[in-house]
Parts: sequence; C-alpha cells; structure tokens
Amino acid sequence: MIPAAFAYHRPQSLGDALALLSEHGAAAKLLAGGHSLLPLLRLRVASTERIVDIGRLGELKGVRPGADGSLEIGGLTTYSELLAGATMPWVKEAVEGIGDVQVRNRGTVGGAIAHADPASDLPAIALALGGEIVLQSSSGTRTVPVDEFFLGPFETAIRSDEILTSIRFPAQPEGATGAYRRIDQPASGYSLVGVAAVAAMADGRVGHLRVGVTGVGEAAYRARGVESAMGGSDGGTEAVAAAAEHAVDGMEVNSDIHADAAYRSAMARVITIRALEAALGR
Amino acid sequence: MTEHVSLTVNGIGREVDVEPRRLLVQLLREELDLTGTHVGCDTSQCGACTVTMDGRAVKSCTVLAVQADGANVTTIEGVAKAGAMHPLQSAFWEKHGLQCGFCTPGMIMAAMDLLDRVSDPSDEEIRHAIEGNICRCTGYHNIVLAIREAARTLRTGETASAGGVS
Repeated sequence: MIPAAFAYHRPQSLGDALALLSEHGAAAKLLAGGHSLLPLLRLRVASTERIVDIGRLGELKGVRPGADGSLEIGGLTTYSELLAGATMPWVKEAVEGIGDVQVRNRGTVGGAIAHADPASDLPAIALALGGEIVLQSSSGTRTVPVDEFFLGPFETAIRSDEILTSIRFPAQPEGATGAYRRIDQPASGYSLVGVAAVAAMADGRVGHLRVGVTGVGEAAYRARGVESAMGGSDGGTEAVAAAAEHAVDGMEVNSDIHADAAYRSAMARVITIRALEAALGR
Repeated sequence: MTEHVSLTVNGIGREVDVEPRRLLVQLLREELDLTGTHVGCDTSQCGACTVTMDGRAVKSCTVLAVQADGANVTTIEGVAKAGAMHPLQSAFWEKHGLQCGFCTPGMIMAAMDLLDRVSDPSDEEIRHAIEGNICRCTGYHNIVLAIREAARTLRTGETASAGGVS
C-alpha cells in the first residue's frame, strides 16, 4: 500500500532538525533509514502529519572507538556501516543475522534502538554491553543509561523533542567476551527469543556478567536473576544451567500465534544457556 | 504538495516532482517506465523490488523517492552494457537460474551488491546475500550456481558454460 500523505522536511543540520522537532513535537516523526517507519506507514498501522528526514546528517554517522576501549556509535550508522567499522567480532556476527542485506544497507542502529521493537536484536546487545544513550534536544544534551532506556513495546525514554544522536558503550572488563544467540520466526526473521551475554572470568570465577534478553517481554530487559545466579560461580555447565532457570524471572512473557508463553519461557532458558556457553568460550 | 527530486537512474539524470509519500519503486515503474523492477510483497520481505542505490542493494518499496534525491540508482534495465548482457544475466540464463522470472531482477541486483564487495564468494556467502530475496518457483540451487558462475566470469573474463542442476 501507499502511505497516507505527510509533509516532508529535510533539515540540513542537527540544529535545524531539533528546531523542527521543538516546533512540531509529537506531530512529527523522524526518518533515518526508514526500515521501521516506512513499513508501518505503508501498512497504515501508523500515520504522521510530517516527516523530518535526518538521513543525511553525516555528523550522526560513524563508529568511533575510544582510546580507553570504549565505543561510540552514531545514531545514523547503518548496520552495514557497523559491520565495516571497528566493532567487536561477536557483535558483528549478531548484526549479520539482522534482517537481510538490503535491510542492513538502510536500517540504522539509532533507528532500531529508538523504535524499540520488543523483538529487535540490538536492544539485547546494548543491554549486555551496558553504557548510555545520548539524546539531544534544542535545550541541550542528556544521557540515559541503557538499563533505563527501554520502557515498553515501542516505548523508550526519548522525549518527542529529542534525537538519539549516539550510543556509548564503555570499555568492557579485562578478558570479557560476548555472544548473541537467538531463534527466529522464519517468515519474518524477527527473534522469538534473543539473548546477548558478556562475561569475564576473574580468578576462576565469573567476575562480570551482563545478560540482555529480547523477544520475551514487552521490552528488552536485563536478566538480573541469571546474572546474580552466575556471579561468583565457576561458570561451569551446571552453574550455567542453574542460572538459565532465572531467564524470565519477574517477566510477563509474550504469547502469540508463533510462540505461547510456556514455549517462549522454555526457549528463553535454552537460548540463555547457549549464549552463556558461547560467551564463556564453549 | 510536491518535492523536487533529482537523481541518476541507469546513468541518465532525471528531474522529477513527487509527493513525499511516493515510493522509489513507484517512481521507477510508473513515472520512468522502468517496469523491470517488480513489486512482489509490498511488505519489505520478498526483494523483487531490489535496485542498487549508490552501489548498495536496497528494497525500492521501502525507500521514499525523496530519499533517493541525489542518488545514483541502477535497475535491471541498466546492467546490460552496449547491448551485451551482464555476466550475471548470462549466468542466470546458462545455469537456468529462473523459472517464472518474477524474482530475477531483484536476485540479480542483490547479487550485484555481493559481487561488488566479494569477488569469489562461497555458496554460504551467496545464500546469505540473497536471504532478502524470495523465489517461489522452486528454490535457490540454480540461482546460487548462476551467481557463482557470474563471479567466475567477472574474475577470469571467461564466459559461462551451459547447464543447470548437475
């Protein structure tokens, strides 16, 4: 189908884009790569009075590694650009599995994070890496910890006058390794369950662990029950299996025609085991 | 209300005025009469509408025409040069990489993006590169053979030999 009519703006600078958002607020939608927004507009699931196309703001593109091991990813960086940049190998492997090449050529990191589809892969990866989301508005810049960013289905801490300009990931602990494992719905390619884990051993014990889960709840979340069960353990197969039992602790688990809550919960435990084992190098 | 869009399509500069909601695929098919780019699913899934935009494969049903302002777009009509088929086109013919042909323009444009980046792709890389393109006739075996053959031709300059499943 064809989207309903909208007014179109293509600001030439971030400042101009922010001014347009201040003026129009929730009546305007930001267009980056368009691979979340355009399908919704075309199906007429969503509509908008006006579009502010920020897709050409080069200042919001790029993968910037810091000297201290941190990594900043500009909001308009496409998946393909992320794959070509200085990104951790396990993240690249995960991103290669998102959508298809045409989607990765257009879809952006900031767009996916801001859209916050409850089955999107990047939120789980971001939660496992930690860090913060950088948001700009006409009145200034603020940062929101990634742990506090995803609030519900398609709902985040972004205000209607703000643009997600980048995501900053801190240096990961010494020896940390990560992994992302998922099972997807084969027709749509969206994750039924996706689990990202970053782990580091210290003196033979699990000294650092962050686990992000997507597809299971109304928003991506940190599986803190898994993290605390694993913390200080030897990271062995039994510890992994016991910790994975906590994969959906405290969550209202999604249920739909592709996977009911019981199946999703069972798969969340299985995929958590796989992600933990892979992050621990097994 | 319309927006002015200036873009290059198959090497030819085009100036058009479009409604902002106009999709690139509509511009190509309905205004520029380039109907080789197909609309299959209209939900960003099937890849029949794939074209290259500044060298990278995109689904033209999921790009607004205004987003292509200033871009260099190539459609299936633009891949043959001076009346000679592109090696991908020859290889799809020689290796029987199509039945009904509906998905073929998109397959070829997706393969174009791959062969531009990877000169000697493995079968796995080929299958990964056409993951966003759906064939509903029979499967992907001969499509993979054709893309592999085209890669060989582009590397060595030798032309394709006939024969499909073997």
